[in-house]
Amino acid sequence: MLDDVRLPLGAGVETGVEWITANLSVLFDLIRTIVLGMFEAAEVAFTEPPALVMIAILGVVAFAVRGWRMGVGTVVGLLVVVLVDQWDNAMGTLALTVVAALFALLIAIPLGIWAARSDTVSAIVRPILDFLQTMPAFVYLIPAIILFGIGVVPGIIATIAFAMAPGVRLTELGIRGVDREIVEAGAAFGASPGRILRQIQLPLALPTIMTGVNQIIMLSLSMVVIAAMVGAGGLGQDIVQALQRIDVGLGFEAGLSVVILAIILDRLTNALGSLQRHSPLARLRSRRVAAAGAPTPATGTVAPAAAETDPAALTGR
Amino acid sequence: MSEPRVTGDETVADDIAVRVEHLTKVFGRRAGEAADRLAEGASRDEVAKLGTAAVIDASFEVRRGEIFVVMGLSGSGKSTLIRMLNGLLDATRGSVEVDGQPVTGIEPRRLRAVRRSQVSMVFQHFALLPHRTVLENVAYGLEIQGVDRDRRLELARRVVDRVGLAGWEERLPSELSGGMQQRVGIARALCADTPVLLMDEAFSALDPLIRREMQEQLVELQAELGKTIVFITHDLNEAMFLGDRIAVMRDGRIVQIGSPEEILTDPANDYVAQFVQDVDRTRVLTAASVMEPPAASVPLTVGPRGALKALRDVQSSTLLVTGPGRTVLGAVRDREVLRAVQRGDRDLAALVDADVHRVGPDTSLADLPELAITSGLPIAVVGDGGRLLGVIPRVMLLAALGNVPTDTSELAIVDLPPAVDPRLVAQTLDDTQEVSDAR
Repeated sequence: MLDDVRLPLGAGVETGVEWITANLSVLFDLIRTIVLGMFEAAEVAFTEPPALVMIAILGVVAFAVRGWRMGVGTVVGLLVVVLVDQWDNAMGTLALTVVAALFALLIAIPLGIWAARSDTVSAIVRPILDFLQTMPAFVYLIPAIILFGIGVVPGIIATIAFAMAPGVRLTELGIRGVDREIVEAGAAFGASPGRILRQIQLPLALPTIMTGVNQIIMLSLSMVVIAAMVGAGGLGQDIVQALQRIDVGLGFEAGLSVVILAIILDRLTNALGSLQRHSPLARLRSRRVAAAGAPTPATGTVAPAAAETDPAALTGR
Repeated sequence: MSEPRVTGDETVADDIAVRVEHLTKVFGRRAGEAADRLAEGASRDEVAKLGTAAVIDASFEVRRGEIFVVMGLSGSGKSTLIRMLNGLLDATRGSVEVDGQPVTGIEPRRLRAVRRSQVSMVFQHFALLPHRTVLENVAYGLEIQGVDRDRRLELARRVVDRVGLAGWEERLPSELSGGMQQRVGIARALCADTPVLLMDEAFSALDPLIRREMQEQLVELQAELGKTIVFITHDLNEAMFLGDRIAVMRDGRIVQIGSPEEILTDPANDYVAQFVQDVDRTRVLTAASVMEPPAASVPLTVGPRGALKALRDVQSSTLLVTGPGRTVLGAVRDREVLRAVQRGDRDLAALVDADVHRVGPDTSLADLPELAITSGLPIAVVGDGGRLLGVIPRVMLLAALGNVPTDTSELAIVDLPPAVDPRLVAQTLDDTQEVSDAR
């Protein structure tokens, strides 16, 4: 009996996209220009320096936030990427990931904050996020191609739509999870809502928000192959090629490069969320705190005590 | 805003720090409707469908420099009540004034100004900012008031010293024990330098020994700084120890407001009476609350015969003797007075045993039993200049300690019976009367 009925949902969406292309093309051209400009700038920044210089820089960053083991791991992993001749592709993919993640964060964090402060916004945003996250990622590519043409931009846009959800969710969760009494304390001393957000809610929600950042980056990276299908290039392009030619060797090399990139990005962003005590950066920071308080006699007793609680400081480098 | 506000604004003649009138808070979608029905006399259960009534028609005034304790079990609405005093929760009905300034029904900006300058708060679980050092936490109120960094850290350092945390300034709260963390919480509230302090179950999360110590420190601080403190607790002993006055809450309503002694000796209803049953009475009651009017006392000038008459009237074995200005000279015993009268002595002074214990009206009940057992004489309660205010017969002391009501007739309260036969006293009085009449 339902055979005769056809819900014209697809037709409706088509009409909508057509209307948008006809009337809002200026807007989409602008977005395209901005995204493309940022991607190209990032790609140049990553590929222009010699590979070994980039590896050294990334190695030092990894060491600073996580310690020598992470530093060595990063250098070895990236050398493997260079040796299988995937360096330029990897940097292209890194540029795409970074730009997509940046945009996703710019949307996700404010949205998450808003959702945390208003139950209404939260109730509206949640189903939309569910939709964005569960809709097969391929589907985003179709309107993206129509709106932005073939190339890296539709890949980035589709990636943003797909990767944004956990950023919003975890930001909201983090802020809502801050101890109610501490927020009350801020209010009780007369702090404004903006100040409570900046000085209490965001700092205390930071570990959770950083998990969201980590998730966004990981999901962005997972979109690499799909984005390559619309011409985004990078490692994904080689994987798509390898699939078409049934080239196991190329597929493995490009795939392994994605894995190495993913592990490095994951560990780095994870470490940023909760700077580990023994990381060189954290040690530097605690030293600076002790130095700042140095004029008072009391801190003389504090500095050595702080060193005692930090086992890594005793074992040293 | 660059300078912290000076406390105790002299221009406000009123000595009321916090005034609460008909304050009602109902949670739920139809809170207003529920509040109206409550005002018409509906019970809490009757409006349960409309919303949860947390506080119902609370009215009280907190005087400047007083520790006002709101006591009740969990769910009695005391936490909701205290959160309406600084506007953390909106009142459904009624009004709150702090230092003459309204807290209810004002726009957020003005409310924040009141919180900055008038009223600060100490929280049950400390609510310190975990990412800031002790010193930065203590300076937090001043930071929001807009005091510049050097100045506020200097002021904070002083308060940190005052609460006994010198040397811990640069530590993070997580490195401190619970008691120390709450000291930081108190220091933060003190450093904000507001005249009114709200303390929400401030010591409930601490272990008993630390709690006792903190209570004593709070009383000390309050005496020194003269802050007005509204203290919430579910612990009656704490309420009795800290409170100048106590409001007892039950099911959202204030059922009694009074001094600890009033609550203890004159509970408003069975609920309060049951509540105060377990309290350590000796910590609360004072000599003044158990003393009797000094009926069993005579001026020295009445002579032995007058004393004997008084002894006969009060049916007691001892009698306090007062000198000029009703100062306590000592006590006389019936046996000796009787003998003196029989001998025809005219001088009562020779019989007076000066070894009577004298205590002030504020002496704790806990200190009295020791005095009572070292002397068979009643204890005299004296005011300024040794003036007799009342006496505590030993039996009254026992009754008070045992929580036996002395004003009902269920138990006959028996003091030390006269040591001599009353008939002999009467006989003696009759005999000597003839002598004096003949003269």
